[in-house]
Amino acid sequence: MTIKIRLENLTKRFPGEREPAVDSLSMEIPEGEIVILVGPSGCGKTTTMKLINRLIEPTSGRIFLEDEDVTKVDPDGLRRRIGYVIQQIGLFPHMTIYENIATVPKLLGWNRAQISARVDELLTTIGMDPATYRSRYPKELSGGQRQRVGVARAMSADPDVMLMDEPFGAIDPITRDRLQNEFLRIQSEIKKTIVFVTHDIDEAIKMGDRIAILRDHSHIAQYDTPEAILVDPADDFVAEFIGRGAGLKRLNLSRVNDIEMSECATVQAGADRDEVRRALGETDRCVLVLDEQRRPRRWVNADHLELVGGRSLTEIGLPADAVVRPYSTLSDTLNEMLVADYATAIVVGDDGVYQGVIDIDTINEAVRGMRAAERSRLADRLGEGG
Amino acid sequence: MSEFISYLESHWDDLLELGIAHALVVAVSVAIATVIGVALGIATYRTERPRELVLAITGFFLTIPSLALFGLLISPLGLGWPPVAVALVMYALLPIVRNTVVGLREVDPAIVESAQGMGMGRARRLLRIELPLAWPVIMTGMRVSTVIVVGIAAIGAYVNGPGLGEDIFRGLRRIGNPETALNLVLGGLLGIVVLAILFDLVYVLLSRLTTSRGIR
Ligand SMILES: Nc1ncnc2c1ncn2[C@@H]1O[C@H](COP(=O)(O)OP(=O)(O)OP(=O)(O)O)[C@@H](O)[C@H]1O
Ligand SMILES: [Mg+2]
Repeated sequence: MTIKIRLENLTKRFPGEREPAVDSLSMEIPEGEIVILVGPSGCGKTTTMKLINRLIEPTSGRIFLEDEDVTKVDPDGLRRRIGYVIQQIGLFPHMTIYENIATVPKLLGWNRAQISARVDELLTTIGMDPATYRSRYPKELSGGQRQRVGVARAMSADPDVMLMDEPFGAIDPITRDRLQNEFLRIQSEIKKTIVFVTHDIDEAIKMGDRIAILRDHSHIAQYDTPEAILVDPADDFVAEFIGRGAGLKRLNLSRVNDIEMSECATVQAGADRDEVRRALGETDRCVLVLDEQRRPRRWVNADHLELVGGRSLTEIGLPADAVVRPYSTLSDTLNEMLVADYATAIVVGDDGVYQGVIDIDTINEAVRGMRAAERSRLADRLGEGG
Repeated sequence: MSEFISYLESHWDDLLELGIAHALVVAVSVAIATVIGVALGIATYRTERPRELVLAITGFFLTIPSLALFGLLISPLGLGWPPVAVALVMYALLPIVRNTVVGLREVDPAIVESAQGMGMGRARRLLRIELPLAWPVIMTGMRVSTVIVVGIAAIGAYVNGPGLGEDIFRGLRRIGNPETALNLVLGGLLGIVVLAILFDLVYVLLSRLTTSRGIR
């Protein structure tokens, strides 16, 4: 494991304040991981983050970027190497989306063609059509789109390190969830070193490879993987911060593609009754009706077939609406299942094509497996310690 | 009334010439005041004491009666253009400085910080982010200055300055022939009103052209 960022006894005392906002913080941030700083409001998360790119100059202590001491280097040069998403997004309202994203590449002296290609690439990555959005202004975007552009702008010059201060802060839970998933997908390809601030422990668990739980003055209460923190909180402060329902939260840690999917009986929408009966014959429950593109449409069982003689398969039975993706968390999956008519979640790919199903037993099995794995890991660690 | 119209018909070329001179002295003065005023605004918007001082001094300029100021400027600057231009610049400063300061201070700190966080230096931040965002407010200051100065410029005729004031003063002096006197004064005033309206139109156009669509 290579260390990308190392903080050494970093302290910030604002002029005229009795207590330091950040007090002698030492911390190592591994390359290619998302490290979350999480803690109550005012504990020093934003200050810590700004110390790293020297928007706030430390009172004492040192900052290393890949073994280079950057505590005293030219701050503007340093900042061009570090992507930064501030808490309030801070897009430039008088510039187009293109100009916003092009800011750092321009500062670095890229040529026009390079910049243009890069902006289009990033807009595509964040799911915004370049032709539509390039020449829009920030005020012509929705909140979620602005947030995405903020992230794209931070990635523009392809920095190894990104600092993100509550990047998905002020948006509705559904959009937020989507942006989080989207970001995790992008990160799985680009593997940046990311310091990510949030005050939401659920977001921390979902997004973090590692979580630093901070108390006042940026004192580290615990710095570990989400699993370890959930299973073994270091003290009462951490336990209270995680809150109740740590077990349920663990479902946020696993994704659909981490566990074994099951198969279910399927038929094409155009199939005739006999075919359906044959498929049903193999199971005592339902068959899943797929359309020509193999996208799930309805759940149909024997009773449905009897009741509604002549109608097409896509009009009878129950809607197949508990649909999840391979990267959905088990927590989302469970939720889908609980609100659906038929308590089975259907897994589809990004193209909407059926891949398999997950039922409550599968999740139960997975949780049991997780617990066993953590217990043995914990035992190992205690063994090392003692 | 009809006599005034026939006066306008026979004298419109004189009026036009005076009007152009008037517009010119106003435009030049406001342009100089903008350069000085914006520079003063930039230099002081982040520090309280100097800011208060600059606003107090430019505010004081505006309280000097114009006749007195023109008169005072004769001995160092002589007659004609120079004293008029200098006085008009002094009168135009306050709205421009004030609006520059207000405009720059109103820029969302988060935006400036994100610029800084991306590695824009102080000068670049000012030029690319802060001034463009403050620009509409600065323009409003220029507009107010122009309105003030268009009127005061007429009094510049007192020191032989250019512009429509010439007619007004001639009219006011020629008490003996009330007919011509009235026409001269009315002609000058009409010219000033028209100029003020034209300047306003120019500002509307200018702000359209120079303000980003993103902040309109
Ligand atoms: N410029 C400043 N001058 C003085 N005190 C400051 C300054 N900036 C922050 N502080 C103080 O430092 C402490 C940490 O602030 P910081 O903004 O880092 O908190 P945070 O953890 O990011 O909180 P939040 O979750 O609300 O964003 C707070 O007590 C704050 O009042
Ligand atoms: Mg903060």
